[in-house]
Amino acid sequence: MENKIKFVQGNEACVEGALYAGVDFYAGYPITPSTEIAEVLSQRLPQAGGKFIQMEDEIASMCAIIGASLTGHKVMTATSGPGFSLKQEAIGYACMAEIPCVIANVQRGGPSTGNPTHVSQGDINQARWGTHGDHAIIALTASNHQDVFEMTIDAFNLAETYRTPVILLLDEAIGHMREKLEIPAAGEIELVERLRTSVPKGVDYRPYLPREDGRLPMSDFGGEHRYNVTGLYHDMWGFPSASPQVVNELLRHLVDKIDINIEKITRYKEYFLDDAEYILVSYGSSARSAIHLAKNRREKGEKIGVLELQSIWPFPHDLVREKCSRAKSVVVVEMNLGQVMAQVKASVDNPEKVFLANRIDGKLITPSDIKRLLRVIQGRGI
Amino acid sequence: MAVQDYIRQRFFPHMWCPGCGHGIVLNSLLRAVEQLELDKNDIVMTSGIGCSARISGYVDFHSLHTIHGRALAFATGVKLSKPELTLLVPMGDGDALAIGGNHFIHAARRNIDMTAIVMNNRIYGMTGGQFSPLSGCGIKATTAPYTTIDNDFNVVDLAAAAGATFVARSTVYHAKESTELLKNAIQHKGFSVVEILSQCPTHFGRKNKGGDAAAMMENYKNITAPVGSKTLEENPELLGRGIFVQKERPEYCQEYDKIIEVAMKGASK
Repeated sequence: MENKIKFVQGNEACVEGALYAGVDFYAGYPITPSTEIAEVLSQRLPQAGGKFIQMEDEIASMCAIIGASLTGHKVMTATSGPGFSLKQEAIGYACMAEIPCVIANVQRGGPSTGNPTHVSQGDINQARWGTHGDHAIIALTASNHQDVFEMTIDAFNLAETYRTPVILLLDEAIGHMREKLEIPAAGEIELVERLRTSVPKGVDYRPYLPREDGRLPMSDFGGEHRYNVTGLYHDMWGFPSASPQVVNELLRHLVDKIDINIEKITRYKEYFLDDAEYILVSYGSSARSAIHLAKNRREKGEKIGVLELQSIWPFPHDLVREKCSRAKSVVVVEMNLGQVMAQVKASVDNPEKVFLANRIDGKLITPSDIKRLLRVIQGRGI
Repeated sequence: MAVQDYIRQRFFPHMWCPGCGHGIVLNSLLRAVEQLELDKNDIVMTSGIGCSARISGYVDFHSLHTIHGRALAFATGVKLSKPELTLLVPMGDGDALAIGGNHFIHAARRNIDMTAIVMNNRIYGMTGGQFSPLSGCGIKATTAPYTTIDNDFNVVDLAAAAGATFVARSTVYHAKESTELLKNAIQHKGFSVVEILSQCPTHFGRKNKGGDAAAMMENYKNITAPVGSKTLEENPELLGRGIFVQKERPEYCQEYDKIIEVAMKGASK
């Protein structure tokens, strides 16, 4: 089979990635600017024998995909700001019960209803801390449609590997822009399938007993192992427990399973970083402007590089410190009041060299916006 | 199979208060499953949060103890993704109709094949006795020290109006009758609702002078009458017991299979 070339919206690239990864269950509630993901999947999923359901709200959608994941399906939902807020309690449930699922959040302006048809990157912190309690989370992002496609596949792979919700943080500009997408033939990109238990029927199956490599083999609901799934602290059989030892071990397991694998989870791209004196750290649609500016200034002889983060959580502190260690200044380019900048400052040895080039007015940040800030930092006037 | 084979005996005695009606609901439900000779591996029980919700831990089925009010939403995902499974969804009154009210009416509207059991004790028991949407007016609760002024839902009317294709009501006093109704509900192809009145002597009874558990159960005998009976006809203030709605309407998962058939034909063209 040959590669297929399409001209699509970012939201459609996300759908293509999800289908490539093998999604076969989607539950959602329409919300701008993510709606096309639901619309296209409502058409495409049943064509492949999968299921699409439009639920009564975002909460129900998140709950439904968790239920479907337990029967052994690859599941996803998609939403935007207010819907993402509504999903948080059930995302916490998926963290606690270790249910693989993918949540695409095509970001819009906020808080509240905000700016539905305009771009923003304001949900970085919500992706990390939106649900209550301590837990780990994986959040990915992308700045072009080929990457949206690949990051979506990656999101499914990581969800199945680590038994965790994975959040795909797109933004309105990426979601609605049209661009070329090349879809590789089946088999070209590796897919991770869920690890299923090899415990035979009738033998004690402990759904929350990790193997030596940390992975938890699952058993499909409706299969031969009947077990309990709960959002309460639970023992290795899945039954509620308030034992201090059980609680302590479970919570540490939930956090550690992501934290110790940060290098395997981290995704990034770099442009002209080797000798860069000024480094732009960016992601999503903002990264396009950063990359454009860096290429442009390189032609003028300025040593500007870009570190594009494709995984935001767990935040790659070591990577950022290492990459930015020799830079005179680091400029974080994002469309919020500095959510990733705070993480970059926490990563580098000299936080005072970190600056923020941002826009929060619903308009894309442009290369000129970044250039103006850079000139000030470089002492070249406004 | 004996009834005890359907339970996880190591978790007994259960955590419900002495005198609670929920154990009787569990018993009625297990008898229904036993008499229908259902395979344990074919049953998924999904519950929410509250006293009622702990029921899923006690049964040896696939069990899913979810978040408050969302049991039906989780169950919808399980059922649609694997329609051959039998879904039992016991919920408390607050669980089903306050926080979960939206999911309740929409599951009924879709007519997705599952059995919703509303274990109605008219109070929030686990959080210590606050009023629920089924408490009704004039009830004392920890959050209604001067009595409630909130009207209650009639679960039967609400379920029927929302499109449930099987609707029944019983009480824990009528445990065997409950079993029969639950058997009918489980066998019914579509969204079934069975409301079972279940006493909470600890929080509802004590504050509202309902007497002890036996007195509260006795009361269920006195305030209800079978649907279609002369007693009910002559005393319309009594609550009906029995089947109120039993009708055929296309079931959601079966309809979705038709969608897949159409979509696949279109895709192959």
